[in-house]
Amino acid sequence: MTIRKSPRLPAIDAGAVVKEALLRIAQPSRRLFLRRSLTLGGLSLLTGCTIDDENGVERALMAVSRFNDRVQGWLFDPDRLAPTYPESMITRPFPFNAYYGEDQVPEVDESSYRLEVTGLVADRHAWTLAELGALPQADQVTRHICVEGWSAIGKWGGVSFANFLSRVGADTSARYVGFKCADDYYTSIDMATALHPQTLLTLTYDGRKLPPRYGFPMKLRMPTKLGYKNPKHIQAIFVTNTYPGGYWEDQGYNWFGGT
Amino acid sequence: MRETAVIVDRRPIHPGWLRATHWLNAVAVVILAMSGWRIYNASPFFGFRFADAITLGGWLGGAIQWHFAAMWLLAANGLAYLACNIGSARLLRKFFPLSPRAIVADLRAALRGRLPHEDPSRYNAVQRAAYLFVIADIALLVASGLVLWKSVQFPLLRELLGGYEAARRIHFLSMAALVAFVGIHLAMVALVPRTLLPMIRGR
Repeated sequence: MTIRKSPRLPAIDAGAVVKEALLRIAQPSRRLFLRRSLTLGGLSLLTGCTIDDENGVERALMAVSRFNDRVQGWLFDPDRLAPTYPESMITRPFPFNAYYGEDQVPEVDESSYRLEVTGLVADRHAWTLAELGALPQADQVTRHICVEGWSAIGKWGGVSFANFLSRVGADTSARYVGFKCADDYYTSIDMATALHPQTLLTLTYDGRKLPPRYGFPMKLRMPTKLGYKNPKHIQAIFVTNTYPGGYWEDQGYNWFGGT
Repeated sequence: MRETAVIVDRRPIHPGWLRATHWLNAVAVVILAMSGWRIYNASPFFGFRFADAITLGGWLGGAIQWHFAAMWLLAANGLAYLACNIGSARLLRKFFPLSPRAIVADLRAALRGRLPHEDPSRYNAVQRAAYLFVIADIALLVASGLVLWKSVQFPLLRELLGGYEAARRIHFLSMAALVAFVGIHLAMVALVPRTLLPMIRGR
């Protein structure tokens, strides 16, 4: 190990150094700005994805949608009723809406039709329309709100879904009720909404047997949810704790879809 | 040390919280407006649609995802802004007093190009009115948006705004007012560009 002499410092103008230092101290805003820009970069790292990563953005948006499901579940008041209207306010004609055109509406044969009920229920027998028609009936004039923004008022009649679930001995502590439909549509709802007093397994529209275009033989009507959550042409109902998803929900529509 | 004897006013024209909430709000508003136009296109109630090229989300479902994500940013950031603005008494100090007479006088002067901008830390009457208006407008956007999102769960708000369908129109018109504000705001920044720097670095 060699011991080196400290090098001689070149002659410096002490006054100039102090002047230069003061000049730098006087511009703290520059450093502050840079430091804050860095923090902004750090913030974007916090999201766990780079902004130009499209899949990352989609994943983040889906995560927010799941968060919105929880917020809506928390906001949902099982006793709060959707507004009802006089029959004079019914929208005529009530609009047809599906993921296909009106000429592709499925024709369901009434005599051979059976409603399957499976999953976490005590009574798994399949129901005929006559059996469902013999249960206590109720009707409602409520506003259907579509995810597209438009709304229309209609009149639906049928069986209280809470009543139906209790008749089949459904495990009402389960998380989901799922639906499979004759038009290959499928969706699922939370148990709290399934038990809401205005959730109706409808068999009629405007006092007449549910026409094919409005979902014959039955539609689940929930004025507390957007239109795409109200399945038509239902063939099977199942109670489950496994998330069943839905036709539109799997493509990115919000699952809870509450109003 | 005579050089340091000059005491510089280190207080920024716009404090850090104001600049942060301003730019976060700008991001939220751009996302919400562009995704909102796409949502409007799904069922337009006025006789026109927005060009798809200026919308966000690619399709209705994507637009709704953007809209219902950015709404949290707008609301949380807006609440933080209001809390800081009211809590620090800046709201009172910067925006008041404000009289209709002063607004008219300053507006006339501005239109004649005679409204001075000597002191960027002071808002003129037109600025005061415009910024207070946009605060109220965004509050109305949030309120009508809540009715559209959860019309059953917020019955009082729904009835105050005249029902679901009325809330749709209110939401659209308050969006239009916000977009008009942004247009004028950007034009004013272009006319008086030295107002931009303080909003970025504080002074």
